Amino acid sequence: MKSTVKSAPPAPVATSPARIPRSSVRKPRERWSLTWPLHLMLLPAVLVTILFAYVPMGGLAMAFQDFKPYDGIFGSPFVGLEHFRFMFEYPDSKQVILNTLIIAGLKIVFGLLVPFAFAILLNEIRMIFFKRVVQTLVYLPHFISWVILGAILTDMLSSEGIVNQTLSAIGLQPVFWLGDGNWFRFTVVVSDIWQNFGFNTIVFLAALAGVNPSLYEAAEVDGASRWRQTLHITMPAMIPIAVVVGTLSLGNILNAGFDQIFNLYNPLVYDKGDIIDTFVYRTAILNGQYSFGTAVGMFKSMVGLILIVISYRLAAKYAGYRIF
Amino acid sequence: MYHKTPGYKTFSVFNYLLLTLICISCILPLIHILAVSFSGSAPANSNLVGLLPIDFNTEAYAKTLHNSNFHRALFVGVQRTVLGTVIGMLLIVLAAYAISKDAHGFRSRTIYTWFFLFTMLFSGGIVPSYMLIRNLDLMNTIWALVLPVAVNVFNMVLMMNFFRAVPRELEEASLMDGAGHFRTLWSVYLPISLPALATISLFTMVFHWNSWFDGLLYMTDYRNYPLSTFLQTVIVQQDFNQINVDVNEMKNLSQRTVKAAQIFIGTLPILLVYPFLQKYFVKGIILGAVKE
Repeated sequence: MKSTVKSAPPAPVATSPARIPRSSVRKPRERWSLTWPLHLMLLPAVLVTILFAYVPMGGLAMAFQDFKPYDGIFGSPFVGLEHFRFMFEYPDSKQVILNTLIIAGLKIVFGLLVPFAFAILLNEIRMIFFKRVVQTLVYLPHFISWVILGAILTDMLSSEGIVNQTLSAIGLQPVFWLGDGNWFRFTVVVSDIWQNFGFNTIVFLAALAGVNPSLYEAAEVDGASRWRQTLHITMPAMIPIAVVVGTLSLGNILNAGFDQIFNLYNPLVYDKGDIIDTFVYRTAILNGQYSFGTAVGMFKSMVGLILIVISYRLAAKYAGYRIF
Repeated sequence: MYHKTPGYKTFSVFNYLLLTLICISCILPLIHILAVSFSGSAPANSNLVGLLPIDFNTEAYAKTLHNSNFHRALFVGVQRTVLGTVIGMLLIVLAAYAISKDAHGFRSRTIYTWFFLFTMLFSGGIVPSYMLIRNLDLMNTIWALVLPVAVNVFNMVLMMNFFRAVPRELEEASLMDGAGHFRTLWSVYLPISLPALATISLFTMVFHWNSWFDGLLYMTDYRNYPLSTFLQTVIVQQDFNQINVDVNEMKNLSQRTVKAAQIFIGTLPILLVYPFLQKYFVKGIILGAVKE
């Protein structure tokens, strides 16, 4: 960790006002005659963003109302935090929050460990051609939508599907991958890792590409085994980026993957597999409980926002990482 | 030398084996579905097909491609992909050029950047968005699938980083010669950013082709479903109530081989652009993730 702290950018040093003429200390004012084309270029994107991103944020007022589409957002009665109170008392929504935390938490942990390990294994491959082929193939599932993957998995994991056939061929009991709550969670986490581990390896490979080969040579001369080299050169090279990725993924603790769950789940596994996003869709859009659905969704967005801000600060402080 | 020790040799053999197995696991599902789609319906329905087709025939594809519902969905899918990519790229390129400018001469840049970035951190969620589309009377129109996702902030930041890599002297020379910002963008920035444009266009196309939930949310008439949403309803949900058409025609679509054929046709465009996509995305991600 020491090396990551060291690499943090130094604190900004205040420029001494004595050496700079007073007029240039103040930031120059923007010259409208020069910049109006830039504002014009931003206008379409700004209008679209206001309409489709900021107006819906205003629509969150529905969470504090007893919203009826007929009365609209300005005519519906105000109920305060009623829906939020209900959310924490209603057993179904409590269970849904718990499911989300479990599934998303497992995805975050293994979504970090598996690519880390995979990058180490790939680093030991010396045939460039083989390495390329591996990379090409493992990135692929990331680009295929969960409609397709869901359809394929539902087919392969059905009671008569190819996976259970293989299991019974080697003398094992068939498994209800998508029909039993615990197995469902297992399937969801494993298939999510399967879809994304290759893609998430990219940042680790990029970190490894920056390692100076002479480090390995020096270790070699000193008689370090390959395992020791991995332990003391390869892994430390990836730790800083692993810390950043891990910290930033905290913001996803309530993101259990709507696309995936929605395309795999069924009423049999609602007790263990239903997550906030699917619950919001069913209660609000399908059952018309708009205000309650909005409140649950808003709870998720707020927690996400707070965690992102905290984790971003942590990443900036301890790993010197800045996006903006 | 470490790679000559017996321990490392054993490890190496296992490593190659393990990685080969992992790779196979990544394409096995696609191969299986391809095999099913080319099989006869009897062996497919009794789950006999593994990784090679049994009773090879192309009947499933013929049935799929002659189905008018599938045609319509395919058309809407292509339409939203083309329209969405064109409009999205236009908005992104213009905005990215403007915010790629230095905050020194263009002070509002910071405000604009945070204005866009905030939408990545927080959103109103599906219910208010759904209400908005309803109130705007955009339900069942292609615009409901195109406009709300037109400004992709991640892609905008990516594009901005590419523009920032353009040497400052080129811009200064162009502005000095009397070209305005629009002219500079068009004649200087775009020609040298073609690889970036290609990359981000491909990302946008893949995004639109794969999007299915907005179709489900904003389209109340199945005839307006893009292909992804259509496949979601027909294959994943197996919900034929919504699609109240000729029962026999839908029966055709629900056969296992025909389902597999539809899945494969739905994946084909992604597989076709994947080699081009892969060439660029590694670079793009690193550029986007590491600032300057």
